[in-house]
Amino acid sequence: MARLHVVTGKGGTGKTTVAAAMALALAEQGKRILLVEVEGRQGLAQLFDVPPLPYVETRIAQGPGGGEVFALAVDAEAALLEYLDMYYHLGRAGKALDKVGAIDFVTTIAPGLRDVLLTGKVYEATRRKAHGRLAYDAVVLDAPPTGRIAAFLNVNHEVADLAKVGPIRNQADAIMGMLRSDVTRIHLVTLLEEMPVQETLDAVDQLEALDLRIGSIVVNMVRNSPLDDDAIALAVKEKLPAAEITRGLRAAGVAAGKALVETLVAEAHDHAVRVGLERENRDRIDALGKKVVELALQPEGIDNGTLIDLAEELRQ
Amino acid sequence: MTNLDLDALIDDAGTRIVVTCGAGGVGKTTAAAALGLRAAARGRKFVVLTIDPARRLAQSLGLTELDNTPRAVAGVDVANGGRLDAMMLDMKRTFDEVVLAHATPEKAEQILANPFYVALSSSFAGTQEYMAMEKLGQLHKQAEQSGDWDLIVVDTPPSRSALDFLDAPERLASLLEGRFLRLLLAPARGPFRLMSAGVNMAMSVLNKVLGAQVLTDVQTFVAAFDTLFGGFRQRAEQTVALLREPHTAFLVVAAPQNDALREASYFAERLREESMPLAGVVLNRVTTTHVPDLSAERSLGAAERLEEADKSPLTAAVLRLHADKMQQVVGDHKRADRFRRGHRSIPTVEVPALADDVHDLTGLRHIADLLTA
Repeated sequence: MARLHVVTGKGGTGKTTVAAAMALALAEQGKRILLVEVEGRQGLAQLFDVPPLPYVETRIAQGPGGGEVFALAVDAEAALLEYLDMYYHLGRAGKALDKVGAIDFVTTIAPGLRDVLLTGKVYEATRRKAHGRLAYDAVVLDAPPTGRIAAFLNVNHEVADLAKVGPIRNQADAIMGMLRSDVTRIHLVTLLEEMPVQETLDAVDQLEALDLRIGSIVVNMVRNSPLDDDAIALAVKEKLPAAEITRGLRAAGVAAGKALVETLVAEAHDHAVRVGLERENRDRIDALGKKVVELALQPEGIDNGTLIDLAEELRQ
Repeated sequence: MTNLDLDALIDDAGTRIVVTCGAGGVGKTTAAAALGLRAAARGRKFVVLTIDPARRLAQSLGLTELDNTPRAVAGVDVANGGRLDAMMLDMKRTFDEVVLAHATPEKAEQILANPFYVALSSSFAGTQEYMAMEKLGQLHKQAEQSGDWDLIVVDTPPSRSALDFLDAPERLASLLEGRFLRLLLAPARGPFRLMSAGVNMAMSVLNKVLGAQVLTDVQTFVAAFDTLFGGFRQRAEQTVALLREPHTAFLVVAAPQNDALREASYFAERLREESMPLAGVVLNRVTTTHVPDLSAERSLGAAERLEEADKSPLTAAVLRLHADKMQQVVGDHKRADRFRRGHRSIPTVEVPALADDVHDLTGLRHIADLLTA
């Protein structure tokens, strides 16, 4: 069963929210889930309304099922120092490296190495054992956006050009092995809009070309239309019956002036046009043949309560 | 609170550079292209430098490939002597051109083939921003010399933070001039005794962790790049200076959502600190209605009455749509007003949300009309 869930999506699609909701949904009674962010923007702290996360796994929430969610903000430089210490016992030398700016340099100039350090930390947490069992039942990664996800997960390739042999190379091979295995699933969050859908399709192509496995496409912020299909078809053509709406408004006790009726018809038209575009985009997603999960728009914005609601939607 | 008059801005012959910025997905590129279309029709010779535009928008400008050269946009009204050219930035190619232009052929070849250069030029987090600024510098120079254009619009990269592009040139320059690189260069230049014990230890660790090949590659890269360092710093400073001149106008684009408005506030603040000229803020995609008098509550109440009485489901449905719309209208206006009150000295213009994405020149002209209404 998949234990590492990688969540990506174009900026603005709500990927961090979906990653958090997924972690909450996975936190059944007795389970421990780790939620990881790697982009250094403290999105999880903002979302859960807690102080900025340190580079330490911190208990952040309880899932609706009763399990625990921990959060971690991975920092590439801290991860490198930890890595050096873990494998080379280089406490002091590590600090010397840091002091001359080597850590900063290496992690900045070679984004591939940076990505290996970030995914390496996720790899370590996913495999970690404590008291004879896995430290976490599942790990959810709030990953970089769709435009960069394939490059980010293709650590093997990124490092291959830079380091042909050596420990970093071995580390990259091991990480890649896990990412390609049954343990890992990638979830792509999108809205039913042109750009996010196009990026999702492109990313699916790129990820599958790398032998990485897609878990689901999460269509976020879905709005249900109060109009039925017949009404949508009429509204698109601006042919909604004004007379019926005028009568209906009167029946509801609303003064049905011409301007009001015309505006309601025009607003229904704009809405129907958008529904039409959303359906085209939905068809493009369905054509991928992947599992599609819909999450409803939360009109009041996202807080702890709505996160739990989204988690419940994901559990079903 | 003043209104932002964009016609005055594009008609002013003193405006030579417009930089559009804002968080991703707020309609920056669309605004830049729409302004270009309008300015061209009003006689300006306009070039738009875009970075990663939406596909349909790119198609409407005739941009089908990254060829790094401005091309005339077809279908533009040129009766008043104006023109509109557009280009998409090719980050790696721009970087390669910088190297080719400033290094000897032999050295350039060495640099272009180095794996660290390849990594830096294709994926360093600030390269896109840096290259957008580099390209702006080139276009500006070309414009001054040839007179091909008298107004350049740069659409800043869709970075996480709108501030990234102001910081990127400095970050790249300081990376390339950093202490560590100096140290790496030292053995190639002078006696080893200059290296401290700490650095020696650091080197041996890097060798152990990364493998000897990696360190050799870094050193080769750094040595080959060394001659370009001074140039990099100087050019970064020139670009920043260009952006401080009065002929430049920054245009911040924001949608009426909290995140985008927060970003716009940070950006306005930062421009002031840097003494960079902010022309104003475009509050884009503000939800509007022609019947604001029918509030969300009343509309919803009327819909519920119809549903309970089992009368006209169609009317109930359009009333529910209107109620949703009114909620957005009220929310958007509240946030837009709060922004205006918090930044009284910044001129703003509000652009209503449209039902469909812009995908042709007609759509862009419509946006231009709204921007200058």
